[in-house]
Amino acid sequence: MSKKLHITCTINGNATEFLCEPRNSLLEALRDELKMTGAKEGCNNGNCGSCNVILDGRLVNSCLVMAAEVEGRSLTTIEGVANKESLHPIQKCFLEGAALQCGICTPGFIMATKALLEKNPHPTEHEARHFLAGNLCRCTGYDKIIRAVLESAECAGKK
Amino acid sequence: MTQTYSVIGTRPVRHDGVDKVTGRALYGADFQAAGLLHGRILRSPVAHAKIKRIDVSKAAALPGVEAIITSADFPDPGDKIAHLGEGAVNLRHLSANCLARDKVLYKGQAVAAVAAINAHIAEEACKLIVVEYEALPVVTDVVKAMQPGAPILHDDLVTESMAGATDKQPTNIAKHLQYKLGDTAKGFAEAAVVIEKTFNTATVHQGYIEPHNASALWSADGTVTIWCSTQGSFSVRSQVAELLLIPVSRIKVVPMEIGGGFGGKIRVYLEPVAAVLSKKTGKPVKILMNRADVLEATGPTPGSHIRVKVGADKNGKITAAEAYLAYEAGAYPGSPIWAGCVCIFSCYDIANLQIDGYDVCVNKPATSAYRAPGATNAAMAMETIVDEICEKLKIDPLEFRLNNAAKEGTRRADGPAFPKIGAIETVQTAKSHPHYTAPLTKGANGFPRGRGVASGFWFNIGLKSSVSASVNSDGSVSLVEGSTDIGGSRTSIAMQLAETLGIRAEDVRPTVGDTDAVGYTDITGGSRVTYATGWAAFEAGKDIQRQMIEKVAGWWKVKPEDVEYKNAGVVSKTDAAKKMSFTEIATEAQKHGSVIIGRASVDPPWPGGAYATHIVDVEVDPDTGKIQILRYTAVQDCGKAIHPSYVEGQIQGGAVQGIGWGLNEEYFYNDKGVMTNASFLDYRMPTALDLPMIDAVIVEVPDPLHPFGVRGVGEVPIIPPPAAIANAVYRAIGVRMDELPMSPGRVWKAMLKKL
Repeated sequence: MSKKLHITCTINGNATEFLCEPRNSLLEALRDELKMTGAKEGCNNGNCGSCNVILDGRLVNSCLVMAAEVEGRSLTTIEGVANKESLHPIQKCFLEGAALQCGICTPGFIMATKALLEKNPHPTEHEARHFLAGNLCRCTGYDKIIRAVLESAECAGKK
Repeated sequence: MTQTYSVIGTRPVRHDGVDKVTGRALYGADFQAAGLLHGRILRSPVAHAKIKRIDVSKAAALPGVEAIITSADFPDPGDKIAHLGEGAVNLRHLSANCLARDKVLYKGQAVAAVAAINAHIAEEACKLIVVEYEALPVVTDVVKAMQPGAPILHDDLVTESMAGATDKQPTNIAKHLQYKLGDTAKGFAEAAVVIEKTFNTATVHQGYIEPHNASALWSADGTVTIWCSTQGSFSVRSQVAELLLIPVSRIKVVPMEIGGGFGGKIRVYLEPVAAVLSKKTGKPVKILMNRADVLEATGPTPGSHIRVKVGADKNGKITAAEAYLAYEAGAYPGSPIWAGCVCIFSCYDIANLQIDGYDVCVNKPATSAYRAPGATNAAMAMETIVDEICEKLKIDPLEFRLNNAAKEGTRRADGPAFPKIGAIETVQTAKSHPHYTAPLTKGANGFPRGRGVASGFWFNIGLKSSVSASVNSDGSVSLVEGSTDIGGSRTSIAMQLAETLGIRAEDVRPTVGDTDAVGYTDITGGSRVTYATGWAAFEAGKDIQRQMIEKVAGWWKVKPEDVEYKNAGVVSKTDAAKKMSFTEIATEAQKHGSVIIGRASVDPPWPGGAYATHIVDVEVDPDTGKIQILRYTAVQDCGKAIHPSYVEGQIQGGAVQGIGWGLNEEYFYNDKGVMTNASFLDYRMPTALDLPMIDAVIVEVPDPLHPFGVRGVGEVPIIPPPAAIANAVYRAIGVRMDELPMSPGRVWKAMLKKL
């Protein structure tokens, strides 16, 4: 067993420290060290998007980022998406649009949608489908997810 | 007469929704406990071998390793059959599937398990375990496995036959089913057109995004607690009890949130292993599968070999039909061959038929249920042949289905006559849907386009469900139910209780209870939860009504028969002004120190069955053979849609799983029986980019038995897609596909053959 590394970063706006082994992925550090289990492991090799987090503004699969790589960087996870007292509009649109069934892929889809809308506030259906092609959902057939994404964009536009 | 409802048919926000969009919902892998150890399973690298020796000494010496077990640590449960709700298994097979005994029968089969202070150390320890195998010849193809001289998986397996065969030689054919109605020879003689074809379909996986997981604590007092994501906590309890020979009273199963199941999370894999590791270490143990484990070692659905012959007279009436179905069971007997046999012709009213079905062991993982298990393979064969008959007879394919539709009184192949069903209404709705008559425009790329249709039948099930419903002093109701919630069923059950009581869906707070907190409830499967557990919620509501009537009558000092439950309260039959609202009764009851708890356990008869008809437009790239879905409409009889959004969601999700089955999904094996595409990159499930919106059309032919007419929704939508796509491909490029999946390479080869 190798010596643990001490990592300092910002997670959801809070200065955070944690210990990890050099071999730990960011997903492992979030789930096992920090007990932030909102990011899910579906494949552990970057194919399903269930572990999506936003790292310095960029959407990443946290299973493909080493925990040690986040030293000094800023992360947003699903736990940091809602405001203190109310849901984020994307969360609200997913919820009201029945865009989830089992819900295991939902945190990843919400992070990916957030990253999409930050880059492209008014995506077409095709652009939304293209951006979200890295997130697998096995329950919904994507119909209501895509509708919720487009609805989220519309809600944000109205503000 | 159409019943009017105030809650049923509305679209409230699901009760567990906020937890699921904020990442707070706790799934199986999210379980944490002080002193938690992490388990890892050592899996066989070969597909068929005798285990000669297992040496764990080096692994045991690795710092951080706390226990290692093999099948020697499991008791022998004997040759007993356990019913899992959607299929039955022999317990000795189930045990060997959790930890192999003297033989491994597929690549990835569990051989040993390690518990260590973290998952990495457990994995390193697995690499240090020495297993000596004596390789045996491998068979992974169902047709080859049935031939004389094929490698035999089980020396003690002989064919169980309905056809009266008596061969007692060891074989891979576990079962031969046979169903006959009428006289097929006579029927075929009356036919103007007879089509006979052979089909092959590949092994596919349920593909739930959450890998299997289990955590267990074997306490010093002999009680075992298991936290896992499962389709049936009571099923896990009984399987673990039978496998470890401990009474069910000693086991508590706590269902965590479940990240998809589709039939694949009924059988136990990790639970008994985690329990024994916990017993050995005295600490809680969590075991998680990775994606390769899931694909290589949990139940896919069978690959199959199917031959179908159908005859129809010149008016388009089916005169006879025959089917031969051979389904891969995988390593142990138990493919859904019965369902394949019974579903294949059940969209139609056919007087003369014969069906022969074979359950065949091959060196692949033991198959599990997958959404309408066995029916999709069968529909690919039957529904494409029906299309060919329509083409020959120049009859509209939906008109043909109307002419031949199964209806109330039609006899199913295995004997029973159908009760009230919605086959005709479903086809009629599809026929009048604008999609069916919309012109097929040409795209900018000029690729050929085609439209296809197909239908499907699935018998939804009943089984046992229990709920309890405690009335709170503020007029809300805490509902505890035993059905694990995979897709919003907490809400569909809560809505039926709310409707019964006349209160709002939001005033019912549903919880999925553990096995000590709620009465016995069968699995979440068979499209049964909204049907059967919803029925239990209705009965519990009636129980609350009865108790409220008695209480109010007591307070008013009148006879119970002088008051009635009406409009969310109790009213006097003689004095309309005299009434108490639900909330007033709840508050008053609490003051009197009496609590109102409704409860119900039901075991309802099976509903009438579910029918679906799908319409699809495709485009085929003539250079690559790639099929693109352009438009998709899925019509389905749901009996009564309790929460239409989640009914649509089931239809859309099922259709897309069927599309994946039709287009891309496939297990690739090399000649050594090793799966070569065990990742989500190479096992290609549909992404958002592959699909259009899926138009879900709900038809409501209420089930006459259910209090609200519910029929069940979940499974039938997976059945029609591959056949509908195949029929559309034929319209586009003139090629009839007889293999699944219709991947670009296969379509391209088929196009070449036609040239």
